Amino acid sequence: MPVSQNASGAKIWQLRNRNQTLARWAAYLAGVAVFMWCWQRISDATTWFFVWDAPRIAADIGGRAWPPRWSYMDKLWGPLWDTLNMATLGTLLALVMAVPVAFLAARNTTPSATFIRPIALFIIVATRSINSLIWALLLVAVIGPGVFAGLLAIAFRSIGFCAKLLYEAIEEIDPTQVEAITATGASRWQVMAYGIVPQIMPAFAGISVFRWDINIRESTVLGLVGAGGIGLQLQSSLNTLAWPQVTLILIVILAAVVIGEWVSAKVRGAII
Amino acid sequence: MSAVLLEDRLGTTWKKPPLISNPTLRWGLFIAAAVYLVLATASIDVNWSRVAEGLSRGWAFIASFFNPDFVSRGTDIRDGILESVIITVASTVVGILISIPIGLGAARNIAPLPVYLICRGIVALSRALNEIIVAILLVAIFGFGPLAGFLTLSFATIGFLAKLLAEDIEEMDKVQAEAIRATGSTWMQWINYGVQPQVMPRLIGLSMYRLDINFRESAVLGLVGAGGIGATLNTAFDRYEFDTAAAILLIIIVTVMVLEYLSGIIRAKVQ
Repeated sequence: MPVSQNASGAKIWQLRNRNQTLARWAAYLAGVAVFMWCWQRISDATTWFFVWDAPRIAADIGGRAWPPRWSYMDKLWGPLWDTLNMATLGTLLALVMAVPVAFLAARNTTPSATFIRPIALFIIVATRSINSLIWALLLVAVIGPGVFAGLLAIAFRSIGFCAKLLYEAIEEIDPTQVEAITATGASRWQVMAYGIVPQIMPAFAGISVFRWDINIRESTVLGLVGAGGIGLQLQSSLNTLAWPQVTLILIVILAAVVIGEWVSAKVRGAII
Repeated sequence: MSAVLLEDRLGTTWKKPPLISNPTLRWGLFIAAAVYLVLATASIDVNWSRVAEGLSRGWAFIASFFNPDFVSRGTDIRDGILESVIITVASTVVGILISIPIGLGAARNIAPLPVYLICRGIVALSRALNEIIVAILLVAIFGFGPLAGFLTLSFATIGFLAKLLAEDIEEMDKVQAEAIRATGSTWMQWINYGVQPQVMPRLIGLSMYRLDINFRESAVLGLVGAGGIGATLNTAFDRYEFDTAAAILLIIIVTVMVLEYLSGIIRAKVQ
């Protein structure tokens, strides 16, 4: 704490007064107390014997998992294709649904700020706060296991994300362009097509590719709950304790994620 | 565009310029996308009779959102949510504490090259591995329970926070840091007075955002046995108890909304 004193030792300046210092100290104390309480709960629920045994188990699993069973790769191309399709088609479907939601949620384009905007915002929060695995769980229960459930799970999960970023982009557009188009006597739809859409097009493309990249990651694990893709293979390999196959699948997933990120970075670099 | 003379354009109607100006690339991309779409759509076999059969169930689920059942599995829900919150708080705190040194190390303008490479490696590893996959491995190693979930989310937090913190540090104003340096400060003082005040608002904002993400993620960790509300949710779906599932989902949505609102207030305050 920076404190200045004069020659006789009396305080001249201090960053915080006594009450502020006390308040900060109390806040830190509360924070540490909450954390310690949480840690204690976790600790109580943990079988510490397993934790102390963990290095041995990890070494054991590592020993079994190496080397990866490369011959299993033949069976992975199909699921990998499914995973890619879930991510790509899911993103497309999400964008189709997210665009109207975004226009309804943006303050400057919504038809009714009191009625429709809250509904659109609720759709955004609700779809965003439910993880794609939960969506998959739900959709598998509703429409049965398979790639289609995974595709819809990806699509629903992405609506909120895309719509949120898109409506923020719409709210940040330059109003003078819209005004210029309106001044020509354009209809509502023409204003949208020539005044708003060209301004948000770069953001839209960026968001789509960004979400596609995230969806590649997410679709790799959807198979765990039965929604198709490479996660299905992962689940069955884990269930049969076929660790060499698990290693190979993890390598494939890692490669898919890295390639997806590379592609998305390249495309976004080309757009912006 | 400037090569086209005004005389040539007189009398012709204006056309919107295409997004991609090179026609070969434009049509190539268009055809490639169309071919891919056809192939991909064809490879997804949808069992429409099963979907039609499921629609009534889907409708029942949507209807149950208006009639959620918080009571009949009340203790399970309460314990699960409490465990999720505990995992969230603990893993966010630990994740932030670890990601600060790693974030400092991953900023090229502060760290020497070897440290930079190691820290960037940790960040890349943490970001590339999906939370669920990490959770599966940690459950296999540490056994079932919240500890595995806590470790998973701490690990995931490091990748997220350290990367964004490092990027923020790399973009900071050098002049302030240099001014502190010029007073003859030690390294710690330099970080504390030259760097930290510049990145603090963003760090707080990102931490709040990560708290929000961690809560959402903690809701699914239970699916693989890593503690939290996910296990209860999974059971509810498996038994087609949609009203209980709807209750859990509503709690998650409301909590995320509250967290988002709170983080909005805090971010507005620190910036």
